[in-house]
Amino acid sequence: MQTLLSVLVVVASLATPAFAEVLPVNDDAILEPRPARLLSAYGLFLDGRAQTPNEGVHPFSLQQPLFTDYANKYRFVYMPKGTKATYQETEVFDFPVGTVLVKTFAYPADFRKPAEDIRLIETRLLIHQATGWTAWAYVWNQDQSDAVLKVAGKSLPVSWIDSTGQERSITYAVPNKNQCKGCHSLGKDFTPIGPKARNLNFEFAYSAGARNQLQYWSEAALLSGAPPHEAAPSVPAMDDMSASLNDRARAYMDINCAHCHRLEGPASTSGLFLTYGETNRTAWGYKKRPVAAGRGSGGFIYDIVPGDPDRSILLFRMTSNDPGIMMPELGRSIVDDEGIALLSVWIKGLK
Amino acid sequence: MAKRYGALWLVAVAFLSAPIPSNAEIITIDPSDESIQESLQEALILAEPGSTILIPEGVFHFTGALSLDVADITVRGAGMDKTILSFKGQTSGSEGFLITSDGARVENLAIEDTPGDGIKVKGVDGISIVNVRVEWTRGPDVGNGAYGIYPVESKHVLIDGAIARGASDAGIYVGQSQQIIVRNSLAEYNVAGIEIENSFFADVYNNVSTRNTGGILIFDLPNLPQKGGHSIRVYNNKSVANDTPNFAPPGNIVATVPRGTGIMVMANRDVEVFNNEIGENPSVNMLIVAYPSEYDDDGFNPLPQNIYVHNNTYGRGGWDPDAAAKDMVAPKTGLPLPDIVWDGAVDGIWSAFFGPDSEDAIHINEKDGTSFANLDFVYDMIVPWDAGIDRDIKAYKGSIPPREAIVLPQEKTENGH
Repeated sequence: MQTLLSVLVVVASLATPAFAEVLPVNDDAILEPRPARLLSAYGLFLDGRAQTPNEGVHPFSLQQPLFTDYANKYRFVYMPKGTKATYQETEVFDFPVGTVLVKTFAYPADFRKPAEDIRLIETRLLIHQATGWTAWAYVWNQDQSDAVLKVAGKSLPVSWIDSTGQERSITYAVPNKNQCKGCHSLGKDFTPIGPKARNLNFEFAYSAGARNQLQYWSEAALLSGAPPHEAAPSVPAMDDMSASLNDRARAYMDINCAHCHRLEGPASTSGLFLTYGETNRTAWGYKKRPVAAGRGSGGFIYDIVPGDPDRSILLFRMTSNDPGIMMPELGRSIVDDEGIALLSVWIKGLK
Repeated sequence: MAKRYGALWLVAVAFLSAPIPSNAEIITIDPSDESIQESLQEALILAEPGSTILIPEGVFHFTGALSLDVADITVRGAGMDKTILSFKGQTSGSEGFLITSDGARVENLAIEDTPGDGIKVKGVDGISIVNVRVEWTRGPDVGNGAYGIYPVESKHVLIDGAIARGASDAGIYVGQSQQIIVRNSLAEYNVAGIEIENSFFADVYNNVSTRNTGGILIFDLPNLPQKGGHSIRVYNNKSVANDTPNFAPPGNIVATVPRGTGIMVMANRDVEVFNNEIGENPSVNMLIVAYPSEYDDDGFNPLPQNIYVHNNTYGRGGWDPDAAAKDMVAPKTGLPLPDIVWDGAVDGIWSAFFGPDSEDAIHINEKDGTSFANLDFVYDMIVPWDAGIDRDIKAYKGSIPPREAIVLPQEKTENGH
């Protein structure tokens, strides 16, 4: 999926046609407290349907993406001219006011032909205003010409053929503003999740050629204070067999669970903390008893039973689609088979 | 096509009294709106701070969770048996209604049949849940959601006049919170009726807890951001006839509560239990115990400390014990179990022989004839040849200094109305 994304973005970020009059990104719309009704009002794309970004809007990718019902995601970052983010070692970079983080969710009709017949579902904007970050979701219209603001969220039928040729259908849930906060919270603040050094520290196929993203951000004056990328933290991709099983499993939980499951996150009350750097093994689930799991316990005693994935609450909840049981609570309606496979093997190997 | 804008009727209320912020409004949800999921959620998102959202009489069906993140919002129905929010068909969201903003007030409505928790309130300063019913209408069932009314990691919590029925964990549960009042409420047919867990400064009074597995539980658990629960007063409650078999999914701490427990204090310090009516509880009327499981947490004290039990009235109890009451207590005490049972777990050899220091002790001041047993679990491990129990209730006479009643800021302003 990573490769597919890169290919698309390369196509998408080709230079602007010389004959078209290009309007810059609309900083006023970005800073306006009321969201625009149409996505096009922000001027983030030259061609929304093709996800061709405007000048100053840079594509990026994450080493381990959050699982969202197998949707493909196109990510972009925009910062106002002359501003840049400040590097942070473990947390999200400090982005300047006026930053927009853009994420478009899309499905190809057939995952075996990933570059054809792509349906854009929604584009989410995380906007950094003077009062803090705010989030809005725009749902793409039928002819894919523009996307419309949906404050209260929306349910949409989506189907595709998966990489094994099987037909899949789901009710895709566009989140409402509060549900965005359900994950994007750090203490009292609304915050981005993905753009951390460890998630960006790998090579991305830019239109001008492949480059490490941290290096690119520094060179393009998007980021200050970053060390050479060799000295920055990184996480392995889920399917990177050159990395240790433990690192891959912890990296998977870092991006899929730890935005809530950390001391400062929405799931702080559980005492289950799954950040990549968590060293207290009870905190990351090792023989940890649940607190308020209810039916989510599945009748099991510990979040992780070393050597026994089938009796580990963590996997039981990942395997369920029942809203009273499932984890994550939001963002998926079907299970992540590959994620479950990874964590099963990992738990089986724990002593 | 006027529908789209007719979803909300906005009424300006500029003439209302001063404390309401200038943009506050009264928003009445149109009960005929077919997409009430969207219109109510939109109101909850777009309301200005200080606003009131009125939900008229009716039964409304939801497929996803509702959530509130705007400060100082009141959500008001027409009565807990008139405005019913049903989540029977819910397919997403792990609770019915999630509140993450300060100063909310929810009143006069019911939440029914959520697959997960009923009302969850997380990380707020100020929450009032008044005359609200949360119920699983099929009665006790392992498939019911865990918590009915569920404020957690919050400050200044008021639960007043609530009814909670059928929760597979606790009907009314306040966890990791501070400055709490739970009063005038009814909890029945839950595993735990009312549970205060890992919390500081709570007053639980004038409640009725009946037909649960356990009536009122004061618990403290390890490995949580807030632990060391303390300063809890439980008084003027009725915890009677709690006789529903435990239907909590195993793995949860309440799954270990014996069917028929009146009031149970586990770990915690500075707990005062008084003027309650406790009776017809088949396992035990009053149980004081240490946290029973192994754990890995240096900062956790598993013992109940400085507990003061006085002036309660005890009806029948302990004639048909269940679970640990049957397996661990009854063999030592015989039947019926005494009115008050303390496991006698103490910290170290000195305490095992001479009792804990006064500030850690269990103090009991009950009417003559109240039965008691200290099971001496630790002493018996050290001195097995002298194993036995201590039934001398008079030896535990004592008290802890009284604490002032909890006063909540939201009640101070309410008095002005």
